[in-house]
Amino acid sequence: MKSKAIKTRMSGNEAVAHAIKQINPDVMPAFPITPSTEIPQFVASMIANGEIDTEFIPVESEHSAMSATMGASAAGARAITATSSCGLALMWEMLYVTASSRLPVVMALVNRGLTGPLNINAEHSDSMGARDAGWIQIYSENNQEAYDNFLQAHRIAEHKDVHLPVMICQDGFITSHAVQNITLWEDEPIKEFVGEYNPEHYLLKEDEAMAVGPYAVSNYCMEEKKAHAQAMINAKKVILEVAKEFEEITGQKYGFFEEYKLEDADFAVVAIGSVCGTAKDAVDKLREQGIKAGLLKVRVFRPFPGEEMAKALKNCKAIAIMDRCESYSANGGPLGAELMAALFREKVTAEAVNVMYGLSGRDVRVEDVEEVFDWLTKMAKGELKFTEYPYLGLRD
Amino acid sequence: MSQLTEIRWHGRGGQGAKTAALLLADVAFQSGKFVQGFPEYGPERMGAPITAYDRISDTEIRVHSNIYEPDFVAVVDDTLLHTVDVTAGLKKEGAILINTEKSADEILPLLNGYEGKVFLINAYHVCMETLGKYFPNTPMLAAMVKVSKVMDTDVFLKEMETSLQHKFARKPEVLEGNMKALKLALGEVVQCR
Repeated sequence: MKSKAIKTRMSGNEAVAHAIKQINPDVMPAFPITPSTEIPQFVASMIANGEIDTEFIPVESEHSAMSATMGASAAGARAITATSSCGLALMWEMLYVTASSRLPVVMALVNRGLTGPLNINAEHSDSMGARDAGWIQIYSENNQEAYDNFLQAHRIAEHKDVHLPVMICQDGFITSHAVQNITLWEDEPIKEFVGEYNPEHYLLKEDEAMAVGPYAVSNYCMEEKKAHAQAMINAKKVILEVAKEFEEITGQKYGFFEEYKLEDADFAVVAIGSVCGTAKDAVDKLREQGIKAGLLKVRVFRPFPGEEMAKALKNCKAIAIMDRCESYSANGGPLGAELMAALFREKVTAEAVNVMYGLSGRDVRVEDVEEVFDWLTKMAKGELKFTEYPYLGLRD
Repeated sequence: MSQLTEIRWHGRGGQGAKTAALLLADVAFQSGKFVQGFPEYGPERMGAPITAYDRISDTEIRVHSNIYEPDFVAVVDDTLLHTVDVTAGLKKEGAILINTEKSADEILPLLNGYEGKVFLINAYHVCMETLGKYFPNTPMLAAMVKVSKVMDTDVFLKEMETSLQHKFARKPEVLEGNMKALKLALGEVVQCR
């Protein structure tokens, strides 16, 4: 069923809340933390107004929020939660338990840096820290993508070949609190698209006794981990199938990543999240000057589409891989490290640099992205070589 | 009007500068524009200086940075003129709008040599006449629409009435007071240079 486009305006947090309203999940345990607090707030209001019949569980910490979400999911419910930053950090133990128990939980993550120094602004250190927890991670450039991605999350998570939790990420404040134009989709086609959740196995199934999360001896544990890893590989196909179906309803195109003027680009910036909107303006400005600039915007980080990205970048002369997250590894950030490895495997010989930007909400202007492209043109000519990965806009 | 109008709001936490920015984005959307309204969060607390921004455009807005060279600046609290460089980057062809009970002679020397147009409004007076309480964001919103010309003032009033009717369906007196404040503010903005 195709949906009409409903043109309106709202913030990224409102957009996710609207997605939750259309999905009407069974259970949402949550604990408030800036900048994601508005999401459970909006949901609680919708429940109070009788718009949805989700069971909201106010809990005393994020550890409990994740535990309750996991418990609800294991019991057979469609369960979601929302958090940010140290809230996600406090869920750590349960993130792994949820994923390894193969529970299709969906989380709205509003990206905010981890302390310290203490700061409330956008950074990817929260979700990037959890990148190896076995969750699918999908990132959003703006309110529209936060909404569209959230609508697709349950279909991916609950697919029989996947059965993994999904976090839908957007940049704290930059998109979560910015009111912008957005196109919403009608309730009926969305309800039909998301569908009812009918799990095959669950704790409250009367005629099937089962355990969730028991001890596994070393003789079995490794096979479980391989099965989990295989599910992440399977997710690649499912993510594209779900995106295709979403496109049929809405006309919106989604994949592992977006290529913006990348096809003939000599110089490419690879980035995640809201900075990609700013980078598109920079690309357009440089194209007007005859510089072949392009952007690769990463949407899906887990599973990591390394091979596909490397192929898309194959003809570039120089590439900047942008990280909004320090790894303190003395080897660059997480996107830098993983994409560099993928470029090597695909024998991409372009000059490449990992750039640290936007930490703790440091503002990134169009001119800043232009500066990165300027580095790339110099790198391609052999006029510039970084001995350490650079910090964009760092003050002396 | 140029294709993109950028506005920066300066206020103090609790005065509604963020709300005014979001309301302006909202009403500009109603008039068919692409909009972006967002706050810049620091250590937010009552009384601390805060900044909020609006982009209003005829085409899609993709950039997500703060605004460094605004077309217009709104100052919700004139005590900020002593502590914040409110005219930083403000375009000469643009204008600054300041909420104050002071005279132009007192305000003009505080603008760090800004050479563009200066508008003053006494939002306290407007609020007391119409609302009986001090909510400077309401008159400032109307005044900014008039100063920036991002939309026709009649269209603005009509859209505000529709949106306030919806918001205060059960409190018609609030609607009436706010509409009076908006109309009075449109008349009370004074260009002093």
